[in-house]
Amino acid sequence: MAERRVVVGSSVGLHARPASLFVQAATKAPVRVAIAKNGGDPVDARSILSVIGLDARGGETVVLSAEGEGAQAVLDELAAIVAVNHDQEG
Amino acid sequence: MSTDLRGLGVSAGSATGPAARLGTPPTLPPAEYTVSDTEAEAHRAVAALEAVGEFFQGRAADVGGQAADVLVAEAMMAGDPALVAQVRDMVRDGRPAPWAVSEALASYRAMLQSAGGYLAERAADLDDITNRAVALLLGEPMPGVPSPGHPFVLLADDLAPADTATLDPAIVIAIVTEGGGPTSHTAILAKTLGIPAIVSCAGALSVVDGTVVAVDGSTGQVLVDPTSAEIERSARRSAERAARLAVTRGPGRTKDGHPVKLLANVGGPADVPGILAANADGIGLLRTEFLFLGRRDAPTGDEQRATYTEILARLQGHKVVVRTLDAGADKPLAFATQHAEPNPALGVRGLRLDGLLPDLFDTQLEALARAAKDTGADVWVMAPMVSIPSEAAAFADRVRGHGLPTAGVMIEVPAAALCAEQIIAQVDFVSIGTNDLSQYTFAADRQAGALAPLLDPWQPALLQLIAMTAAAGRAAGKPVSVCGEAASDPLLAVVLTGLAVTSLSMASPSIADVRLALADRTLAECQAAARAALAASTPAAARAAASL
Repeated sequence: MAERRVVVGSSVGLHARPASLFVQAATKAPVRVAIAKNGGDPVDARSILSVIGLDARGGETVVLSAEGEGAQAVLDELAAIVAVNHDQEG
Repeated sequence: MSTDLRGLGVSAGSATGPAARLGTPPTLPPAEYTVSDTEAEAHRAVAALEAVGEFFQGRAADVGGQAADVLVAEAMMAGDPALVAQVRDMVRDGRPAPWAVSEALASYRAMLQSAGGYLAERAADLDDITNRAVALLLGEPMPGVPSPGHPFVLLADDLAPADTATLDPAIVIAIVTEGGGPTSHTAILAKTLGIPAIVSCAGALSVVDGTVVAVDGSTGQVLVDPTSAEIERSARRSAERAARLAVTRGPGRTKDGHPVKLLANVGGPADVPGILAANADGIGLLRTEFLFLGRRDAPTGDEQRATYTEILARLQGHKVVVRTLDAGADKPLAFATQHAEPNPALGVRGLRLDGLLPDLFDTQLEALARAAKDTGADVWVMAPMVSIPSEAAAFADRVRGHGLPTAGVMIEVPAAALCAEQIIAQVDFVSIGTNDLSQYTFAADRQAGALAPLLDPWQPALLQLIAMTAAAGRAAGKPVSVCGEAASDPLLAVVLTGLAVTSLSMASPSIADVRLALADRTLAECQAAARAALAASTPAAARAAASL
């Protein structure tokens, strides 16, 4: 099982556009990914309702986990989406 | 042969086209049905969620930009794999699809609601998804403004702000509501957009979708299934009105040259181009709530100054009447802790908030004074919800203390109209807010459709209070304006002019019709119409007497 701990970069938190981008990427990934708030229960990263329900705010840490072939690459990609401050884009 | 429906015309102009009703949110039938083939039912439930997701994707592609992001997120929620799995499990356990969808979404809704803040606001998105999916499963039309793919006349019981946020006047060519009154949200919105509209029209919701209706927002008449001769007559009237409106421009005046300022009601910077297009004499009511509502902190003085300057700079040489913040328990401010009031319309609102937040008004007056200086604009400032002369005197002192020369108050509480002489002695001008003055005079809630007849601006008791106020203004040689919906009714504008009201303020699209009505009559004719209306005992009799 691969894991990544990453700090949420957007000040709005993992909501709105950052959450949409994250869930879209998780949906396309070849392996199932789970996301949890530090210390909390993991939820399906493809479920927008579960992801925004975590209520992960900007600056908080989340834990991504996945298993199987390609898991490392998928987690790198998703961790990058979480870490970026999407508020600063366009 | 056509049938004839009658209501209150609240936004002038005529239009003919097929009717389409506003879709109302579905309600689940009282009893669940029994599911025999649970696999087929589960498939039906999932297909409904998918269809709602596709609907939002389609809308997102239409709108683009930031609004599209919200719609894409809503599409993702409808297709959420966790939601879909939960619904499928519930149906396999024997729950019929509409109940399974409704309950599964309700559990997510509860989760978002309890988190509060941004997440609680998303709860409305889930309601929207629930209503659309359940409507599909029950075989009902999707709720909200319909999209039949061609221009249409929108029929509804009444319209809520959420229904109208995206109304396009090119597609919705007229609005007819069975409920609502002359001061309802529907009436105000229709006037702002220049869409012909009729409210309080009994029978409107019995018209079958697709039936052609001819709507005349000036007379309040709706012809259902009109003959070709009737359609032609309606089109001719429409063309004649457009032709006459096009040649009537310039400052408001009667046929014999008595000036009446025709001003615009403005809710924010977006309304300014409309004022200029309507050739208005200025702004008669600049509502400042847009700066304050829906935000966590009060706007700073600098932010307010910038916004006021932006508006004032575009109205050089015109008079601009600014109303200080009109908020209260019915229009709550996030940054003012106000206890829930059992009767917010009679509670701490308007100028009465000063006791709670004195800095708020001083910051606003200071920002206005600086914006007036920056632009050299002719700024008049007035306070809402003034009841007694001492409140008027204290407000006027404060306005002048900030270096703003022209201070006034709204007359919208019956007590203020009854003591108009003493109030006018304290200020430089007054403006009659007929919407609230009706509500308070007749003890009738503005939003209560069933009470609409009491809120008819032609009610003789309302006209008496306006007459008293206008007479007090004339005696003191000070301006008296009317800035409620009453001012936008062309015939009533004639009566108000006859009563010695000196300026009329309304939604910009109404100005042309009012200008035309005044240009058709001498001041003596306006005064005769006013006397006749005051002597009438019902609104209908007052209208009839004034139009002779």
